[in-house]
Amino acid sequence: MIPAEVFLTFILMLSIFLGFELINKVPATLHTPLMSGANAISGITVVGAVSLAGTGQQDLANWLGAAAVALASINVVGGYLVTDRMLAMFKKKEG
Amino acid sequence: MQTLIQFAFVLSAALFIFGLKQLGSPATARRGNLISAIGMLIAIVAALMDQGIVDYRFILAGFVVGGVIGALAARMVAMTSMPEMVALFNGFGGMASLLVGMAALTPNAATFTLVTIVLSILIGGLTFTGSLIAYGKLSERIGSGAVMFVGQQFVNSLIVLGILGSAVMFCLQPDQAHWLYLVVGLSLVFGIMAVIPIGGADMPVVISLLNSYSGLAACAAGFAVDNNILIVAGSLVGASGIILTQIMCKAMNRSLANVLFSGFGSGKVETT
Repeated sequence: MIPAEVFLTFILMLSIFLGFELINKVPATLHTPLMSGANAISGITVVGAVSLAGTGQQDLANWLGAAAVALASINVVGGYLVTDRMLAMFKKKEG
Repeated sequence: MQTLIQFAFVLSAALFIFGLKQLGSPATARRGNLISAIGMLIAIVAALMDQGIVDYRFILAGFVVGGVIGALAARMVAMTSMPEMVALFNGFGGMASLLVGMAALTPNAATFTLVTIVLSILIGGLTFTGSLIAYGKLSERIGSGAVMFVGQQFVNSLIVLGILGSAVMFCLQPDQAHWLYLVVGLSLVFGIMAVIPIGGADMPVVISLLNSYSGLAACAAGFAVDNNILIVAGSLVGASGIILTQIMCKAMNRSLANVLFSGFGSGKVETT
């Protein structure tokens, strides 16, 4: 039986290589939107936070989880909306 | 049900990858952002199906508070101040990973889990305060110049040693909460110290680097709570963020080390 940590580390390694390969030759105008779009994805930590916020234990971990849900939601919602606003602005300039 | 949730995570990982790819080209960038947002929605809905969740009130409150603040901030920010807004959002993401790391601590956690908890706290904490300083410098709420003082490198070395020491002590004695709080505190201080010596004009590069860090923090938190999608999405952001940072440095004809340590060796650097 292969321990779960090994699988997780495999996933980690492959994702890192994929991340390196995904980004190449990005035009300078897209640097900030791409940074902002990637930043919104890093709000994925909200997925880890919901299970901690939903234990119904009302202990410290539960409160920390709830705070993490709120903070990560700011990151996710704000991140995607700001990126969309930036990219919408480009369209107008070009057209 | 558990299998279904995991397959939903696979789908959202694919959407993140596809979305990031499309974000790199002007014609498809807006669609790429939408695709990645759909991936996020799928991941969140899947996470809510988890049978371990018995009480939705805290989750709902968190979503409402965070969602409203995020939406309002994104709508109201002026076009010219978007980079500092990204820094602020990024800081919140880092803080969320720190909190997830802290909440993931259980009395009989394995050493592997303890190490990942420390990592998510360390990276999340320095991302949080580092991003706040970057936000302050860009929005000129604090002076945008490089802040330097005598013995700065010595102080920074002490902080790094302190973080290493308390991290090791925490992994050896996880029941002693004060080591954990020491890691939290020192990481927060370290984020401030790492960003103050960098001038305001270099902040976009720093924000890109901090963005990469917040991905790594989410990835570490993913190990701490045993969640695949956090590991995949977090490391994607971590790796692509590093590449993007390098591209941004190249566009300015500088190296990353040059940007990060420009404050310390300003005499030598100016000649390049």
